[in-house]
Amino acid sequence: MSILVNKKSKVLIQGITGTEGTFHTTQMLEYGTNVVAGVTPGKGETMFQDKIPVFNTVKEAVEKSGADVSAIFVPSGFAGDAVIEAADAGIKVIVCITEGIPTNEMIRAYNYIKLLNNRGEEIHLIGPNSPGIISPEECKVGIMPGFIHKKGNVGVISRSGTLTYEAVDQLTKLGIGQSTCIGIGGDPVIGTRFIDAIKLFNEDKNTYAILMIGEIGGNAEEEAAYYIKENVKKPVVGFIAGKTAPPGRRMGHAGAIISGGKGTAAEKVTVMKECGIIVADSPADLGITMKAALENMKLKTKSRKKNKKKDKKSKKKDKKKDKKFRKK
Amino acid sequence: MKIHEYQGKAILKKYNVTVQDGIAIKSMDEFDSAVNSLRERGIQQYVVKSQIHAGGRGKGKVYNKNNRDELIAEGGVKFFGQDVEKAKEYAGKILGNILVTHQTGAEGKEVQTLFITEGLDYKKELYISILLDRSVSKNVIMASTEGGVEIEKVAAETPEKIVKCYVEPSIGLQSFQSREIAFALNLEGNAFKDFQKFLMNLYKAYEDTDASLVEINPLIITNDDKILALDAKVNLDDNALFKHKEFLELRDLNEEDPLEIEASKYDLNYIKLDGNVGCMVNGAGLAMATMDIIKLAGGEPANFLDVGGSASAETVENGFKIILSDKNVKAILINIFGGIVRCDRVATGVVQAASNLHIDLPVVVRLQGTNSEEARKILDDSGLNLISADTLADAAEKVTKAIA
Repeated sequence: MSILVNKKSKVLIQGITGTEGTFHTTQMLEYGTNVVAGVTPGKGETMFQDKIPVFNTVKEAVEKSGADVSAIFVPSGFAGDAVIEAADAGIKVIVCITEGIPTNEMIRAYNYIKLLNNRGEEIHLIGPNSPGIISPEECKVGIMPGFIHKKGNVGVISRSGTLTYEAVDQLTKLGIGQSTCIGIGGDPVIGTRFIDAIKLFNEDKNTYAILMIGEIGGNAEEEAAYYIKENVKKPVVGFIAGKTAPPGRRMGHAGAIISGGKGTAAEKVTVMKECGIIVADSPADLGITMKAALENMKLKTKSRKKNKKKDKKSKKKDKKKDKKFRKK
Repeated sequence: MKIHEYQGKAILKKYNVTVQDGIAIKSMDEFDSAVNSLRERGIQQYVVKSQIHAGGRGKGKVYNKNNRDELIAEGGVKFFGQDVEKAKEYAGKILGNILVTHQTGAEGKEVQTLFITEGLDYKKELYISILLDRSVSKNVIMASTEGGVEIEKVAAETPEKIVKCYVEPSIGLQSFQSREIAFALNLEGNAFKDFQKFLMNLYKAYEDTDASLVEINPLIITNDDKILALDAKVNLDDNALFKHKEFLELRDLNEEDPLEIEASKYDLNYIKLDGNVGCMVNGAGLAMATMDIIKLAGGEPANFLDVGGSASAETVENGFKIILSDKNVKAILINIFGGIVRCDRVATGVVQAASNLHIDLPVVVRLQGTNSEEARKILDDSGLNLISADTLADAAEKVTKAIA
């Protein structure tokens, strides 16, 4: 029903005793996320809110709690190190919420994880400067408002935080649920890129369509678009923020800058359209564009009766699962 | 953070990168002593270089600050050989006036500092830069035999003339890599040897200072076969400045928009644009999307303003102040996706700020998230010129209607 995180995920919070860490851990627990441990160096052997054990190191936390997902809330000066520590300790999904990490430190962390993955590990880094990842009604690892999400079959990927919430809100209000929503972060060096998330959504049976929200700067959207053209049969709806952004100015996100005439919204939209992505012109139309894409897909599948039956079965299953989750 | 050429060269010099020598002056009173000091160092030829945060200085034009139509001089960088008098005359003319280059835009930039440097005779101009390649998340060294021209042009027209070399972060730049680049640049003899040292030192400087860009254009081979940076552009990673407190004083506030400086004091991320609809948004992506939808609805965004996650009454008030300092603004659109932040609190903050500042411009407010209904009521009952909006499209329409 999702990618990377689900109700089985055992979540560790790095920086659990800090202001941000404390606040968002509480929110995640309320949402039903299975938070199993926290790490704050020097605060080992204490308990967070009387229920979650805090450890000095990630290694120890993983050994004793079996955590496989980590959310990083440590300050920017230490966050690069925290990413490497999590990877080193065997965490499989590392979600880095912290913003403002020095680029050189992220280059090191990114390439260390790449090295481990080349040796056969399968580590996913999300972020930094990310709102996190959520598989609705199963597991929320991050700072997004949980209540706007609804369980369903659209995968959402975006570089930014509140714009993702806007998109998800539009979907939910139209009755369209999400399989998983990932904020990949607005920095120049990030772990999971659009193309990586698209691959995962493409392989996920319960993701029927993908919503990809990009912005100016870099060429990650183009890279993903070419991949989609060759490999993805599911409908993909896209949007690029920053059509009105002037060149040479960094629009909030370190990654959002048009430089040397490259990375403009127009350029990205052209490539995306060429690759068969349905691009919404207005950020107000993200939901309805997806709705139309889904209806169009249903029309296509209706002609194939067998597929239709399968669909119904899996939907029934989903409903059962839904009920189970609510009981919890 | 951008810094000036003379500041960048001073940093590079500390890492034993060979650079063109020079002395920066801020007033003409310092000119003679600068030349005398250079003369004592054995320098006999002089160049006057305007220091602004933009490229294309050599081909730029200097205009009178008080009469923008009056062209004072062609070129913001000039070689005078041994003619100190002419150099002085030129320096006196351009200091304090406006240099317009292809990178500054028509408004140009005031020349507040001059870099008086040694004039060098050289036989070849090369290009070298170090920066992050986002597509592979590694630092890349780019070098070219085509120095002294716009590298974007070389990249577009003759991309085969640019060599790239990626640096593995765990082991750093290796000697064989600097040799590879030296061969690709057709260097030989002393220049070949010199270049190795130059590049190793340059990379060390890039890494140690957490630079986001080091660009040497041109890198020259002097007539006596030495390698030297004739120009230097150094950008520093803002996120790493906390590690290098000594660099904070290199920030030149004169190069920045005063409103943007003011905004940064309040931790607001503001960029001024030319439109008439001010906007205040939480989150950079949503802020860009809000600007886009203003344009789609027929308006023109006056700014980018990201107030960050919390959107407290204080933040909103500061945001208003910044937006209102721009006299072109005819209406304001507030778009806050509350999420975990409660919308009724944001609404109360907006009402408070709007009444404190006696705002009479129309303000369209769109708050989404927890308690958005209560928020709407607070806005509607405020008795102020606050127009509540439901969806993003609704908000954009209402704000453009307000200025029509």
